[in-house]
Amino acid sequence: MESSYIAIPEGQPKIQVENLSLSYGPKLVLKNISLVIPEHRVTAIIGPSGCGKSSLVRVLNRMNDLIPEARVEGRVLIDGENIYDRDVDLVALRKKVGMVFQKPNPFPKSIFDNIAYGLKIGNHRSRAELEQIVERSLRQAALWDEVKDRLHQNALKLSGGQQQRLCIARALAVEPEIILFDEPCSAIDPIATAKVEELIHQLKKDYTVVIVTHNMQQAARVSDYTAFLWLGELLEYDRTEKIFTNPANKMTEDYITGRFG
Amino acid sequence: MTSSVKKSRKNLKSQLAQFTGFLFLRLAVYSVLFILLYFFYDIGHQGYQAISWEFISQVPKRGMTEGGIFPAIVGTFLVTLITAIFAVPLGMAAAIYLNEYARAGRLTRLIRLSIRNLAGVPSIVYGLFGVILFVNMLKFGTSVLSAGLTLGLLTLPWTITASEEALKSVPDSYREGALALGATKWQMIRTNVLPYSIPGMLTGAVLGLARAAGETAPIMFTGAAFYLPFLPRSLKDQFMALPYHLYIMATQHHAIDKARPLAYGTALVLIVFVVLFNLGAILLRARLRKKWRH
Repeated sequence: MESSYIAIPEGQPKIQVENLSLSYGPKLVLKNISLVIPEHRVTAIIGPSGCGKSSLVRVLNRMNDLIPEARVEGRVLIDGENIYDRDVDLVALRKKVGMVFQKPNPFPKSIFDNIAYGLKIGNHRSRAELEQIVERSLRQAALWDEVKDRLHQNALKLSGGQQQRLCIARALAVEPEIILFDEPCSAIDPIATAKVEELIHQLKKDYTVVIVTHNMQQAARVSDYTAFLWLGELLEYDRTEKIFTNPANKMTEDYITGRFG
Repeated sequence: MTSSVKKSRKNLKSQLAQFTGFLFLRLAVYSVLFILLYFFYDIGHQGYQAISWEFISQVPKRGMTEGGIFPAIVGTFLVTLITAIFAVPLGMAAAIYLNEYARAGRLTRLIRLSIRNLAGVPSIVYGLFGVILFVNMLKFGTSVLSAGLTLGLLTLPWTITASEEALKSVPDSYREGALALGATKWQMIRTNVLPYSIPGMLTGAVLGLARAAGETAPIMFTGAAFYLPFLPRSLKDQFMALPYHLYIMATQHHAIDKARPLAYGTALVLIVFVVLFNLGAILLRARLRKKWRH
């Protein structure tokens, strides 16, 4: 198969996906995808339902390993290291590549224990250090002012939008370099969505962000680069501005103008 | 055109069908309830007359027509304890392996199916198996140990199944969330799956134990004694047990009429024992839930 379309964005490459194919049993979900995701930028992955967007981000922290029949071909380099090599430490990989899921998934623990979860299972840290990191992470996720007086309350009592920002804070607490967002706003209301988008904007100063979204306005608002996936193929990848004003591919144009999807 | 919301001839038929349907369901519940209540009334009423401090605290006397059932109470308690120590950790461990580690495939399905089937094997078969394995092969003799282990085998399928159900009730998003934060599989299970499934696991285990405590067939060849006016001193001693004692008093006694009140008393004590067990399970679950959820 011929290699899919590759655009090389400016800036330092953080993730390089090379000729990646993914199948679940006999079903080919991603077809020979190659793209470079730059450091300290927001890269959006858009496309109609079932095009493989979520599967693609789940390749980047190897969450697909949980699916027994998933098979990956090709290479995924993060800082030049192939994360599908045999000697890769999954724990180290997932600390480096954090993830925020579609549906907010706070654990039924206190707000504090949620944020501290990734730290507690890792190195032992003092209570003071934990408190400091919890506060820092909650501030980063713009949640601190809303919860600072009730850190020991059950996180399930928070609203949906707060829960999602809690999950972002939880991911930030382990100090990742990359954060993957898998449709982070599809289960929360518009005001909460605006807060999360604002947050994503802030995060790119320190992190490399990849966001899957079915919402094209969201991709246009938050991202620097946009990849358009269709039926498991990468049809177009370019600067977001370019994709939304002057797409090279007819399919991309039809999709972003709402002719299908 | 507007439609009326009043009852009319048009929907009379469906109303009638609903009425008869619910009537049938209601009768089913009432008849089950009646049988159960009558059963409790009969045992409670007749058993109450036999119960006294002496009945609880004395050994059987005069060919088991007088005296009490103290050795049987202690024996049932001991044998259930051995069953618990053997079957609960083993069952939980097996369930954790099957649900969290084993690859979903034909072999796992076959193992799971076999376990479900074992739950339906008649208890007398477990009794005979216990004789072969524990009494003869492992040379534990007819003893409280052999009987406890045999009852353990009997409850294992229940414990495993209940534990697996408890593990399945933990949402996958807790597992994914933990792994995505860099937890190893075991850390994920220990910190983010077990705390939320242990209340359910323990409840299932205690219900299984309650059933085991009332079993007769598995212990009659493996360690329960017909008559033993003293308590077991070691794991290798025989013991008296409430269900077996009841069986003897009700059907094997030479003077059935004289023994009948004592049989009712034994039945009542056994039922109270099992009810307390189940009550304990409910309280335990409530307490653990509270402790781990907040």
